[in-house]
Amino acid sequence: MSKAVIATTSMAGCFGCHMSFLDIDERILDLIELVEFNKSPIDDIKHFTKQCDIGLLEGGCSNSENVEVLKEFRKHCKILVSVGECAIMGGLPAMRNGIPIKECIDEAYLNGPTTKNCNPQRILPNDDELPMLLDRVYPCHEIVKIDYFLPGCAPRADLIWNALYALVTGDELKLPYEVFKYD
Amino acid sequence: MSRKITIEPVTRVEGHGKVTIHLDKAGEVSQSRLHIVEFRGFERFVQGRPYWEVPVLVQRLCGICPVSHHLAAAKAVDVIAGAGNGDGLTVTGDKMRRLMHYAQFFQSHVLHFFHLVSPDLLLGVDADPAIRNIIGVALQHKDLAVQGVMMRKFGQELIQATAGKKIHGTGAIPGGVNKNLSIEERDHFLKGADPLNADKMIEWSVAALDLFKDYYGKNKDMIDGFSHFPSNHLSLVRKDGALDFYHGGIRAVDSEGNKIIDYADYQDYTNIIGEGVKSWSYMKFPYLLSLGEEEGWYRVGPLARLNTCDFIPSPLAQKEFEIFKAHTNGKPNNMCMHYHWARIIEILHSAEVIKELLEDPDLQGTDLVATGERKDEGVGLVEAPRGTLFHHYNVNEDDQITMCNLIVSTTNNNVPMNKAVNFVAKAQMTGQTEITEPMMNMVEVAIRAYDPCLSCATHALGEMPLEVTMLDADGNEITSRKR
Ligand code: SF4
Repeated sequence: MSKAVIATTSMAGCFGCHMSFLDIDERILDLIELVEFNKSPIDDIKHFTKQCDIGLLEGGCSNSENVEVLKEFRKHCKILVSVGECAIMGGLPAMRNGIPIKECIDEAYLNGPTTKNCNPQRILPNDDELPMLLDRVYPCHEIVKIDYFLPGCAPRADLIWNALYALVTGDELKLPYEVFKYD
Repeated sequence: MSRKITIEPVTRVEGHGKVTIHLDKAGEVSQSRLHIVEFRGFERFVQGRPYWEVPVLVQRLCGICPVSHHLAAAKAVDVIAGAGNGDGLTVTGDKMRRLMHYAQFFQSHVLHFFHLVSPDLLLGVDADPAIRNIIGVALQHKDLAVQGVMMRKFGQELIQATAGKKIHGTGAIPGGVNKNLSIEERDHFLKGADPLNADKMIEWSVAALDLFKDYYGKNKDMIDGFSHFPSNHLSLVRKDGALDFYHGGIRAVDSEGNKIIDYADYQDYTNIIGEGVKSWSYMKFPYLLSLGEEEGWYRVGPLARLNTCDFIPSPLAQKEFEIFKAHTNGKPNNMCMHYHWARIIEILHSAEVIKELLEDPDLQGTDLVATGERKDEGVGLVEAPRGTLFHHYNVNEDDQITMCNLIVSTTNNNVPMNKAVNFVAKAQMTGQTEITEPMMNMVEVAIRAYDPCLSCATHALGEMPLEVTMLDADGNEITSRKR
């Protein structure tokens, strides 16, 4: 049987969901028997080299580049899973929704106690090299179709493992109460 | 619901970190830049939240070292809650937080060494990218991969026992902690079945150090010569000059080891540090105000800590520290690749401290929270795995945050990372018209030595996507390579 191919990415997230994935600990060794990783920050593969079976998404979309990445994932993955609160509903970064982005930028680069006397020319990051910020932070399913959602901040390692195992093997998904948390 | 994405998607690689290199007319590298392309706006959107929320809220900037943010924020709100400036906690409160913190150091450094650096060491920097990763290590060196996985697991479980959760815990609260360590929990970590116990962790830390030293012995020229340049170094140190990850005063030394600042109270940090802004990066550029923006930049993290402290307060790590110091005749070590060496010495130190704390009956104490006179401003600093981390909050009479300022570890290393990129670019690319894969790799190796927590500043685990563009003197693109 050929191994299922998996891709993962972190967009506007904190990487905690990826860390929780690594918290499957010894099961990583079982996992690499079951799946093959493609594009993922866990390995050295930076661009999709083939069509993937499952894409795991951490974080929502905060800038134009996140949107690009998400659309790439939709194109290259049969199944997309939103992992964690940021992917599902924007999470902490979405606390900026409802505040004009200008106020966020000014606070960080002009008004802060360690910048206010150190930026006499009132420079703001605005180079062409920087992707454009979106008007607000979007959850993944508002940009593309998402197939499954794993809640939690971060979702417990057991939940990620159970879900992935079920998707890869076709076994029934086990969701005991203890592994399913909203936080 | 109406939805509008107003921004045209730019065709660009997933570039959280991105490097541009400029050549002048003579083909010399005239400028190279590491751009950080993510922005959160935390300083503004946390305003209005009650101050006791920040220890659980702010850590969601970074899931790689959440405990560091959790504790830096907690130390700042301790000040607000009247629990003193790092000295007002109950013994149990203080030691529980230390245990949480050293567990975090242990797991975070282990993650960096085994998951991100060992592939280069074991499989070679020029190995096929498809196998040059932790999975490749697991396939070829299973024992070592198991060690890395189990060491990280030990650290994560200890974080769970002290903070309540492995990621984004809730253990630290204003003025203390919300739980102590039960006898069962203690025994689990002290006497746990092989290999999950403190003694084994010390043994494996020594083995990791041997692995590095063996590699160093065979690749001395590369490790010593690869990207070295003088800099200032900054960290917290304990009052007696000892290495301390959790609390201390700010010390900065210059590249010769002369003290620029010693044991400064960090409540005054705004008189010590300023941050420059550049249009091409969301990450700011901190420096020592007394030396100015040009001269005042500094390094933080494992290398800087071993350069600023006078000794390491645990026996095995102290011995290794002496060997490390002898290498540069007691002067500060300015070699970029020696970050790795310093980091593993810190793994060993963390394991030793963890064992010592676990054996301390104060962890079973029941006096968990201190209170005192309420203040309306607080600054909290810790040494995070990647360097000094600053949190600063003001509150109003309704307990709402009115101002928040953060300087994260990776931001403190912004200038040195840019210098490292420049150093390698100059050495590798001057006069070249074509950029090769090994050149790209060198740039990445230089950045990786700093273990940039690109989650705080942006995100991407160690291996960051890079885009190198070469421009001629008129700004025309000569060549570009993405990975
Ligand atoms: S859901 Fe939580 S753990 Fe996951 S990326 Fe968001 S903040 Fe981090």
